[in-house]
Amino acid sequence: MNWAGLYTVLSGVNRHSTAIGRIWLSVIFIFRIMVLVVAAESVWGDEKSAFTCNTQQPGCNSVCYDHFFPISHIRLWALQLILVTTPALLVAMHVAYQQHQEKKLLMLTGHGDAKHMEEVKKHKMRISGSLWWTYVCSVIFRLIFEAVFMYIFYMLYPGYQMVRLVKCEAYPCPNIVDCFISRPTEKTIFTVFMLVTSSICIVLNMAELIYLVVRACARRGEHNSNPSSGKSSFYGHKLSSEYKQNEINQLLTEQDGSLKDMLRRNPGLQEKGDRCSAC
Amino acid sequence: MDWGALQTILGGVNKHSTSIGKIWLTVLFIFRIMILVVAAEKVWGDEQDDFICNTLQPGCKNVCYDHFFPISHIRLWALQLIFVSTPALLVAMHVAYRRHEKKRQFRKGDQKCEYRDIEEIRRQRFHIDGSLWWTYTSSIFFRLVFEAVFMYAFYFMYDGFRMPRLMKCNAWPCPNTVDCFVSRPTEKTVFTIFMIAVSSICILLNVAELCYLLAKFFLRRSKKAGNAKHHPNHENKEETKQNEMNELISDSCQNTVIGFTS
Repeated sequence: MNWAGLYTVLSGVNRHSTAIGRIWLSVIFIFRIMVLVVAAESVWGDEKSAFTCNTQQPGCNSVCYDHFFPISHIRLWALQLILVTTPALLVAMHVAYQQHQEKKLLMLTGHGDAKHMEEVKKHKMRISGSLWWTYVCSVIFRLIFEAVFMYIFYMLYPGYQMVRLVKCEAYPCPNIVDCFISRPTEKTIFTVFMLVTSSICIVLNMAELIYLVVRACARRGEHNSNPSSGKSSFYGHKLSSEYKQNEINQLLTEQDGSLKDMLRRNPGLQEKGDRCSAC
Repeated sequence: MDWGALQTILGGVNKHSTSIGKIWLTVLFIFRIMILVVAAEKVWGDEQDDFICNTLQPGCKNVCYDHFFPISHIRLWALQLIFVSTPALLVAMHVAYRRHEKKRQFRKGDQKCEYRDIEEIRRQRFHIDGSLWWTYTSSIFFRLVFEAVFMYAFYFMYDGFRMPRLMKCNAWPCPNTVDCFVSRPTEKTVFTIFMIAVSSICILLNVAELCYLLAKFFLRRSKKAGNAKHHPNHENKEETKQNEMNELISDSCQNTVIGFTS
C-alpha cells in the first residue's frame, strides 16, 4: 500500500464528486503528493546524516537533532495528506451502500440480470438527500484536518523558514554548541510551496462547501415555489428517493419476515455464515 | 504517485491533441522525464556528500553548500516538468465536460444528438473548435510561460548553466575564504546543457503549435466568410426547387380530388 494504492482508491470516489472536488483531488495528487515523492523526499533525505554540530561529544549530535526536529516535515506532510484524503472514503462507503440497496431492489423486483447490475455500478449518484450530508461532512473534516496540520506546523516550526544555524545546549553537549542544518534554503522553498498548495486546497474546499449549500438552497427554493404542481409532484414523488426507500424497506421486511418464519420452523437451516443480510 | 502516474494521466489528453502536441508530449516524456529519472538523478545523487571544503570547521561545508546551491538542479527540473505538463489537464477537464453534456443530451433523447450509444460518446475524439480551441490555446500559452520562467530562474540562480569545479566560500562559520570542490562538475554541465537544449526544443514546438492553431482558426474563419457570400444564391436555388416540388404535389393532389368527386 503506497501513494499509488491511495490514488487507485480515491479515483473511484472522483466519479461521484462535484467539479470542484475533482479539481481539489488533482491538486492534491499532482502538486502535493507528487512533489512530495519526486522532490521533497530527496531534499530531506540526508537531514540527520548531514546535521553537523561543532563538537566531538558523542551523543550531542543526536540529542540536538531530536530537540529541534521532534517530527520531520516529510512525515508531517505524509500524515497530513493521508488524513486529508481519507474523508472521501466516507462518501465512497455511502455510495457503495446506496448501490447495494438499488441492486437488492432490482433483484426483488425481478430485474436481477447482469445488465441491470452493471448499469447500477456505472451510473453516477446524484449528491442529494443523505449522500449530500455525508459529502458535506467529508468536506468539513478535510477542512478541519488541513487547518489542524497547518497549526501544528506553525507550532513546531514557527515562521516556516528553515534556519542555517541552531544553538543547542541539551545534555550531553558540554555548553552552547553550534549546529548546522543541511540545505536550509531548499527546505524553506519546499515548505513555502507545500504551504501555498495547502492554502489553495483549503480555498477549494470552502468553495465546494459554499457551492453545495447554495445548490441545496436553490433546489429547496424550486421545490417550495412549485406548490401548484401538486398533482404532478405526487407522481414525481413516486420516483423520489424517499418513496423508493419506503418501497425497499417494505420489500425487505416482507422478505425478512418470511425468512424468519422459515428459520423458526427449521432451526437447523441457520448456518454461521448464512445470515440474512437485512436482519 | 510518481512520473508513471503522470504519464497515465497525460496519456489520455494525448487523444485530443494536435500532431505537434503529440510530438511535444513524446519529447517531454522520453527526453526530459526519462533522462531525469534514469540518468540525471544519479549524477546529482551525491551532490552534498561529495561537496568537499578545505577546512575542518564543522558547519562550514553545510553553509557553503547552501550558499551556492539554494535549490538543486534536479528539484528545479522536477518542478518545471510538473508545472509544464499540468496545463494539459485544463484540456482534459474541458473534454470531460463536453462529453458529460453530450451524454446528458443522449439520455434526454435529443433529436439533434447523432450518437448511437454512450460508448460512442466515450470513445469519440473532439475537434479543437469553439471554446475548446480557447482552452487548448490557453494551455499552450501557460506551458510557454512556465518554461520561460523556469529557464530564467535557472539562469538567474546558476549564472550561465556551467558548473565550476571550485568555489570560494567565506560565509560564517568558515574561518576565512575557503576552497570548496563540487562533485562531477563536467558531467553536471553536460546534463544541464542537454536539459536546456531539450527545453528549448519544447518551447519551439509549443510556439509552432500556437502558430498552427492560429492559422487553422483564421483559415476556417475566411472559409466561413467565403461561404456566406455565395450562400444567398445557393439559398435561392434551393428555395426555387422546393417551391416547384410543392406546386407539383399540390397540383397532383387537386387532380386526385377532382377525379374522386367526378
